[in-house]
Amino acid sequence: MTSFILRNGSVIRPAATLLADVLIVDGVVREVGPNLVAPSKAREIDASGCWVGPAFVDLHTHLREPGFEHAETIESGANAAAVGGYAAVVAMPNTEPALDSVAVVAYVLDRGANTRVDVAVAGAITINRAGERLAPLAELAALGVRLFTDDGTGVQDAALMRRAFEYARPLGVRLAQHCEDAWLAAGGSMNEGIVSSRLGLTGRPAIAEELMVLRDLELARATGGRLHLLHLSTQRSLSLVAAARAEGVDVTCEVAPHHFTLDETACSGYDAIMKVHPPLRTSDDVGALRGALRQNGVDAVATDHAPHSPESKDLAFDEAPAGMLGLEHAASLTYEALGGPTANAQRFFDLLSRGPARVAQLRAHDPRPRHSAHGGDVEVGEPANLTIFDPNATYVVDRERLQSRSTNTPYHGRQLVGRARATFVRGRLVAFEGELA
Amino acid sequence: MNSIRGTNLLTLEDLSREAMVEILDTAESFVEVNQRSVKKVPALKGRVVASLFFEESTRTRLSFETAAKRLSADVLSLAVASSSVKKGESLRDTIATIDALGIDAVVMRHQSSGAALQVSRYVPHVRVINAGDGQHQHPTQGLLDVFTVRQILAERSSTTGPESGATLFQGLRVLIVGDVRHSRVARSDVDAYVALGATVRLAAPATLLPVDVEQWPVEVAGDFDEALEWADVVGLLRLQRERGSGSFVPSLSEFTFTHGLTIERARRLRPETIVTHPGPMNRGVEIDSRVADLPAAVVTRQVSNGVPIRMAVLFLTLAGLLGGEG
Repeated sequence: MTSFILRNGSVIRPAATLLADVLIVDGVVREVGPNLVAPSKAREIDASGCWVGPAFVDLHTHLREPGFEHAETIESGANAAAVGGYAAVVAMPNTEPALDSVAVVAYVLDRGANTRVDVAVAGAITINRAGERLAPLAELAALGVRLFTDDGTGVQDAALMRRAFEYARPLGVRLAQHCEDAWLAAGGSMNEGIVSSRLGLTGRPAIAEELMVLRDLELARATGGRLHLLHLSTQRSLSLVAAARAEGVDVTCEVAPHHFTLDETACSGYDAIMKVHPPLRTSDDVGALRGALRQNGVDAVATDHAPHSPESKDLAFDEAPAGMLGLEHAASLTYEALGGPTANAQRFFDLLSRGPARVAQLRAHDPRPRHSAHGGDVEVGEPANLTIFDPNATYVVDRERLQSRSTNTPYHGRQLVGRARATFVRGRLVAFEGELA
Repeated sequence: MNSIRGTNLLTLEDLSREAMVEILDTAESFVEVNQRSVKKVPALKGRVVASLFFEESTRTRLSFETAAKRLSADVLSLAVASSSVKKGESLRDTIATIDALGIDAVVMRHQSSGAALQVSRYVPHVRVINAGDGQHQHPTQGLLDVFTVRQILAERSSTTGPESGATLFQGLRVLIVGDVRHSRVARSDVDAYVALGATVRLAAPATLLPVDVEQWPVEVAGDFDEALEWADVVGLLRLQRERGSGSFVPSLSEFTFTHGLTIERARRLRPETIVTHPGPMNRGVEIDSRVADLPAAVVTRQVSNGVPIRMAVLFLTLAGLLGGEG
């Protein structure tokens, strides 16, 4: 196995940032310090001007396999993750069949084990994500599944959700909710408001999200359950979470890059690339999300990477499927949202690595997924899951040059600043300078 | 935009007063053509206009095709709604097929808002005329409504539409009634009347007002009966039952109770008030059958005026292709 010496990077540790070299041997961090002497065969990477920190973890990746391999496969999604600086992703269960049984979850874990990154699974809360009967949470937990969700939709039945919290609690797993009340959001294809009304598009109102956030916070409080809120998109959702958290509810939450970089006016041209659930909100919401990123209001940036084939995005806006790509540009967008040149590197790695790793519980070795710990300190003896992030790199997004099988990025043609320069998974260099390694 | 010459007509949102008056005046010049024994001019001879209706509509389709034929254009009529094209087929594929036949303009109706704009991006060399897209816009309906009103007001003041320009709309009080929320006609009507200088009020059950009504350049009528006395023009809308707006009001009869133009309410109208309806009417729901047949209701005149308005729109949008002649 190739050894690596990363020279002169800013090594981002929770306690402090230090200018140092990092030596990677046999998949682990062997030494951290200035002017290290490298073994003769070690490959040297100049990390000067760059941040060296724990590799990114995505809590919210739609890998589309099994069932929708024309849009993405476990392998192509893993490659997109690697290039984006991610060493681990959590695969969402809205596949066909859904990830609601041992057989299908094992399939995804096995396929994932042969990719460049660690692939964990979020199991379905209910069978076929239909919101009617609980999935075998204990069996799936025994496979190492630590998060459960019906993502793509929320569990609409409050009684069933209450039961799920109660049942899941002793299993040590967390329930993640896609918060949108199906009736309030029915038929909607963008945020309800000035823009939707002008465009003649039925809206998905903010209250559809906030009402379910509030319901689940109360259910978690009442049951002592563990809750993770997926892709929160409104100011009010964030303040509901902050209040519940202050009162001791066990809740974590994530926001998606598109929700803190784009607002509802992006839908004005009826380009179905801009269609996503929950929808792009108002500019005030975008501002609130950016504020929360900087001020510890959220645990993680999660991509909601949702590949869709070009032909499906050529449909009329209300007929097209919802979702956009995220893995390959999330780090740049997070850096920008944190202030670009004034971005706090600690906060950056909190949001992209430590926070999501904590929620996904990827810190422990699990028997079934052959994963290592993620989101740990850049410390001697730790598995070398590392990302070198170059805050000075600039590039223009080109949808024809993505690792994903799909092209539905809303950022095509946009110049971004800051980029993952190298991604290491257990000491193996999986991506380097925007290409697979 | 100050003119639709040589461009698409997708929406009335961004059309200036000048652009609208140009369309109305052009339409007025075509009225005469429709009264001749030989109802045809060679203005678009050799041009090909495709009519592409993803959603059924007998009257709008007939009106557009009549307009195109009176301008001597060749009409390719594609009955998409009843053909193999199903909901979910790529708009891009459908338009590419039709474009391959060689067309200059496409008149398009679609059940999805924005579909005409999307198509205009796929075929930038073809003029796209929106004949109604979802709940967004129905530009030619808005134009024929203001055209009809201008014509009637001009007759009353012994002038002509072209002489009056937009002056007859100054201070004109227009009341738009019914399912504004789901109506593309309402959006185009509001844009047209406001651009021409009229004052617009909306009257509807609260659930059928647009969600952002406070942002619209209109007033909301507090009392429907009082607003009927106020109005110079009452624009009724079709209650869009097929769009599920039924659940926005308890029942059709309750809608009639609160906002139907019943025979009792029609008595409150001033004698000169004009009542419009885009058709097809739900008689007994938004309008009492007897009211629909009163002289104040100008529904058939609207239908007749659809032809010159659509002739004007085809003529102007295709003007860029006419070698300066337009």
